[in-house]
Amino acid sequence: MKVKRKTSDVIIFVILLILAITFLAPIFIVLMNSFKGKFFISDAPFVFPNKQTFVNFENYTSGIEKTNFLSATGWSLFITVFSVGFIVLLTAMTAWYITRVKSKFSNLLYYLFVFSMIVPFQMVMFTMTKVANVLSLDNPVGIIVIYVGFGAGLSVFMFCGFVKSVPIEIEEAAMMDGCNPIRTYFFVVLPILKPISVTVAILNVMWIWNDYLLPYLVIGSDYKTIPIAIQYLKGGYGSIDMGAMMAMLVLAIIPIVVFYLVCQKHIIEGVTSGAVKG
Amino acid sequence: MHKNLKKYFPIFALPTLAAFTIAFIIPFIMGIYLSFTEFRTVNDAKWVGFSNYVAAFQNKDFLNALIFTAGFTVVSVITINIFAFTLASLLTRGKKGTNIFRTIFFMPNLIGGIVLGYIWQLILNGILYKFGVTLTFAPKYGFWGLVILMNWQLIGYMMIIYIAGIQNIPKDLIEASKIDGANKRQILKNVTIPLVMPSITICLFLTLSNSFKLFDQNLALTAGAPSKKTAMLALDIYNTFYGKVGYEGVGQAKAVIFFILVVVIALIQLRATRKKEVEN
Repeated sequence: MKVKRKTSDVIIFVILLILAITFLAPIFIVLMNSFKGKFFISDAPFVFPNKQTFVNFENYTSGIEKTNFLSATGWSLFITVFSVGFIVLLTAMTAWYITRVKSKFSNLLYYLFVFSMIVPFQMVMFTMTKVANVLSLDNPVGIIVIYVGFGAGLSVFMFCGFVKSVPIEIEEAAMMDGCNPIRTYFFVVLPILKPISVTVAILNVMWIWNDYLLPYLVIGSDYKTIPIAIQYLKGGYGSIDMGAMMAMLVLAIIPIVVFYLVCQKHIIEGVTSGAVKG
Repeated sequence: MHKNLKKYFPIFALPTLAAFTIAFIIPFIMGIYLSFTEFRTVNDAKWVGFSNYVAAFQNKDFLNALIFTAGFTVVSVITINIFAFTLASLLTRGKKGTNIFRTIFFMPNLIGGIVLGYIWQLILNGILYKFGVTLTFAPKYGFWGLVILMNWQLIGYMMIIYIAGIQNIPKDLIEASKIDGANKRQILKNVTIPLVMPSITICLFLTLSNSFKLFDQNLALTAGAPSKKTAMLALDIYNTFYGKVGYEGVGQAKAVIFFILVVVIALIQLRATRKKEVEN
């Protein structure tokens, strides 16, 4: 019996190992090709670079120059950090307010936020771009307002779910002791909301960092983020500089992998609880 | 509850609500209205009744996109959930190294759609090159390419949710059914699956809505080629808006149809699977 179990374990382990290698292979193949000359990639992507095809970091330098990758990284960082920061700060306050103030209006707001979660982006794509344009929000600062508005649905919903489980007695005690709602919120409620804030922040980082269409339509190509820079590299003429493309894909993946390895525990917990709530 | 909290509305709720109004409420209402008009720049909207909707349903690209999206969604939802569930049950046996596998399988989920599209374009074209074709040679290549891409991206994510579900099953229930003489298949069918039904609901919902609303991956992998045959609904709507002048109204009508489809599918799916959930 024991021997039989061990062999089945070994078989499972081998299957998992093969699967893991298959899962990692695409990234590895892109990495490998990023060191090959641009004419040696499309026809033979599975061949290691050799003396003839190896070009060192040439693709990286030309790609960074072509896409202005450093500025794209800067804008991606700027937009993601500030949008997520404001989303977490503002929607947590709103969620606390609409959970604690029981009125028809706050109920209506809650259902509006929930409703907005299922509406596909294409539904408001054109009109939102126009509104952003009229209100002069079509720049890297203005887009933060759009992200707060469009991200509010999921974030308010998740914070509301959490606030409902927070005992109200603590807050009442603080108010009894003379705290006004603002002090109560920042000194009593906010610290309790910390774990859910991390979850909400991670879900929004993953969305906004990778978002392509919204910033492309709202800001256009004046301030490219990383996904826009990569799509731009393809150009409209059908010919892609495959070398630069491979190098830029690698550079786009690196920050994500680093972020993942650093906060892996929070990310996995975040997406699980986010999914369960959603 | 907190009596004097109500008057703090401007501080607590107004900023979010203002942004929400700008980014969602106004565009949404305008979107519904504009779908019944003909317009180029919003200001010049002329009421045309349902003619945009008629035009949308007579549009071959739209109908093709609808069929393509439906087919793609069905195939992806089934394959992703089967693979994810199988992996999750392999990884919950508590053997060594499972954490590393979990980490690896989940990673592709964090990579953005555009980047994913170009990664798989390279690999699939590399394989197809040996057969003398490319991804955009015929719609079937684009279709299966998208299915493979979507599997690679979502299996790990769904696996994580299934793992959480499986780990929540009380151990003594499985023990009890073993003692009662149930074999592995019976345990899976009668104990495990009913108890992870909430996870199945969530995973079906997530894969369904992610596949149905797919845009970035579609744009990067095939951009609809050959001749818009692999364009999904979201991409077709985008093309109608920004591809040719004068079709904005039709584009908005397509968007409303798309929105209604998403809502209907979500409601049907949630109702169907919630029924099967049992109290744990």
